Amino acid sequence: MDFSFTEEQTLLRNMVQSFVQDNYDFDSRMKIIRSEEGMSRDIWGQFAELGLLAAPFSEDMGGLDGGPIEIMVIMEELGRGLVVEPYLPTVVLCGGILNRHGSAAQKEANLAGIIGGENIWALAYSEPQSRFNPADVLTSAKADGDNYVLNGTKAVVAGAPWADKLIVSARISGEQRDRNGIGLFIVDKSAAGVSTQDYPTVDGNRASEVTLENVSVSADALIGDAATGISILEEALDHGIGAVCAEALGHMKSLNDATVEYCKTRKQFGVPIGSFQVLQHRMVDMFMEYEQSVSMTYMVNMKLVEGEDERKKAASGAKVQIGKSGRFVGQEAVQLHGGMGMTEELNVGHYFKRLTVIDTQFGNVDHHLKRFAAA
Amino acid sequence: MDVNFAPKDEAFRAEVRSFIEENYPKHLVGVDRGDLSKEDFLAWHKILHTKGWVAPSWPEEYGGTGWSVTQKYIWNEESAAFGTIPPLPFGVAMLGPVIYTFGNQEQKDWVLPGILSGETWWCQGYSEPGAGSDLAGLKTKAERDGDDYIVNGHKIWTTLAQHADWMFCLVRTASEGKPQEGISFLLIDMNTPGIEVKPIITIDGGHEVNEVFLTDVRVPAKHLVGEENKGWTIAKFLLGNERSGIAGVARSKKAIDRLREIARGEMEDGAPLIDSADFARKIAELEVDLTALEYTELRTLASESKGQGPGPESSILKIKGTEIQQRVTELTMEAVGNYASPWVPQLDRGDNYLSIGPDYAEGVSQNYFNNRKTSIYGGSNEIQRNIIAKMVLGL
Repeated sequence: MDFSFTEEQTLLRNMVQSFVQDNYDFDSRMKIIRSEEGMSRDIWGQFAELGLLAAPFSEDMGGLDGGPIEIMVIMEELGRGLVVEPYLPTVVLCGGILNRHGSAAQKEANLAGIIGGENIWALAYSEPQSRFNPADVLTSAKADGDNYVLNGTKAVVAGAPWADKLIVSARISGEQRDRNGIGLFIVDKSAAGVSTQDYPTVDGNRASEVTLENVSVSADALIGDAATGISILEEALDHGIGAVCAEALGHMKSLNDATVEYCKTRKQFGVPIGSFQVLQHRMVDMFMEYEQSVSMTYMVNMKLVEGEDERKKAASGAKVQIGKSGRFVGQEAVQLHGGMGMTEELNVGHYFKRLTVIDTQFGNVDHHLKRFAAA
Repeated sequence: MDVNFAPKDEAFRAEVRSFIEENYPKHLVGVDRGDLSKEDFLAWHKILHTKGWVAPSWPEEYGGTGWSVTQKYIWNEESAAFGTIPPLPFGVAMLGPVIYTFGNQEQKDWVLPGILSGETWWCQGYSEPGAGSDLAGLKTKAERDGDDYIVNGHKIWTTLAQHADWMFCLVRTASEGKPQEGISFLLIDMNTPGIEVKPIITIDGGHEVNEVFLTDVRVPAKHLVGEENKGWTIAKFLLGNERSGIAGVARSKKAIDRLREIARGEMEDGAPLIDSADFARKIAELEVDLTALEYTELRTLASESKGQGPGPESSILKIKGTEIQQRVTELTMEAVGNYASPWVPQLDRGDNYLSIGPDYAEGVSQNYFNNRKTSIYGGSNEIQRNIIAKMVLGL
């Protein structure tokens, strides 16, 4: 049993931390999210230079051979800065799928573009009716000679407005919610028949509704096969959970620090409001929620590499904890900041909003309680 | 003990219900009080003014309706159930009672008709950056200069000040003694030179609140309400009125109905979300809590109709009412799943705005974010608990 970080992991943390402090303060972020594109290509380029985009990939592919713990360290620090650049969809979700299950040719063709920062990816798996069930897939993939033809709509695809490439889940065979028969396809966003409706999301990110109309892709675009598609997808989503749990730790830590500081300095009735016991206990509760979340985040990121059953249970358990704790910490941070917590001008509300989205992302508390119980 | 309303009250209910249904502006049906235009805010107000129903809580001699406590309750309930945009609270619920209780004849003559007709839009100049929960710590200063006061200071969280013609304002006229002892209640024309209104955008993307900066603002001394340095009594009187009706039972009932409708439309693994035992249970828990609040409010009402004013117990209504409102908005957001995250604030909407996902998902997150304010404003829920601890439990 060892919960300490290696020297390399600590160096990685320090590097990301100082990059975020120097380049991604609150005002810079607001400029970025209010810009037309909603992200900074310049920051993305610097991520590539720093090697962040190479973290989880194997050395022979030009990567740094990192694992979930390295991703966790990076995501936690990106969370502190509320970074919107699409690290999660590009590197963790799509990069992770390609890295673990791509054919040699698929890796060869795509990983260099991710590592070098040339290509942004998005994972188009949810659908308007699917809610949190990734096996609920109506988008169809019909074999047509050496090709597949895709038709359907993908919902709330995070990072899609910026993406060059998508990984799309589509049904090759079976009924709407069959686990078998789902294929994961690499699709160029610029391919004929792909259209998007882009929009901002409440957490300062961007997403799209993606429509596929007779989009033809070659059989080489299929990752794995129809029998393994759902397992590959679920594994990727569990890795996504490990990453957003870490991101949420960054948010909670920032909120707790800000709240304690505010309560020490804000005076009412002639004293700092932090001297009131009822507020002290509230902040203690926030602190305990954070600590429990740290524990669950470490736990899930250590177990992502274990067998499927153990991984699922770990991921769902962690997601429940982060969902509940993030909600509590976010709401109380706003409450203790009073009116100031309600303003767009202060970072507190922005952390709160991102935590609110994380609660839903990859399935909410109820969904994961059920999945935990069934695992 | 009798839980039923008398037949005459039920007849009254039928009367007001059909009046609302027949006369409420069609283009405002189902519209939330969000970023409305000034005209839309006032549309229903003006219809009620013509009918004589703008200010049921006022004494008849000043333009009230003469309704019993029960009738007023029924009116509020029916209005909320229909989802009307109520007359603006700043004039009708807050300032009006102050003026007919503390104002002189001249003030009654010019202030009250403007509130009733909707011609004068009032805003509330109470909070300051350094005076929130501790309102008596306010620093905005009014110094006497001949027949005028010269006012300097900074007000914050001033709701809808961007539309306001006048502001009722707490100012400091003396700095000796206890902080409560040097406060005065002043009416200020928002068109006076030296007033600047700056918008505050909240986390839901809306513009409801503002900062108001006052620099050497000259206010005729005749606009002082009550005596100089006795404004704290008026301020507290007004806050007491602000709390009544804050439970929002009928509005929460309507919000739960809407939640149930959404849960019928939203699918989870091929079945409506409302069929999920987990989700149905959460709605049921909310309804049970709301029923308890409803009967607590009815008990308050019953003692009020026997002449006992709303005491510090009304803090229960504020705390429980706002907690329930927040939980309803939270659960509604949860119901729509992934479609809670698209964000197009009303302020940013162009003409060719296309909605994303099901219609019922629109704005649910903004509504959740916006409602976080309810446990902060009107005396935070922490302050309300202090009031109960001190005034009710004697701690």
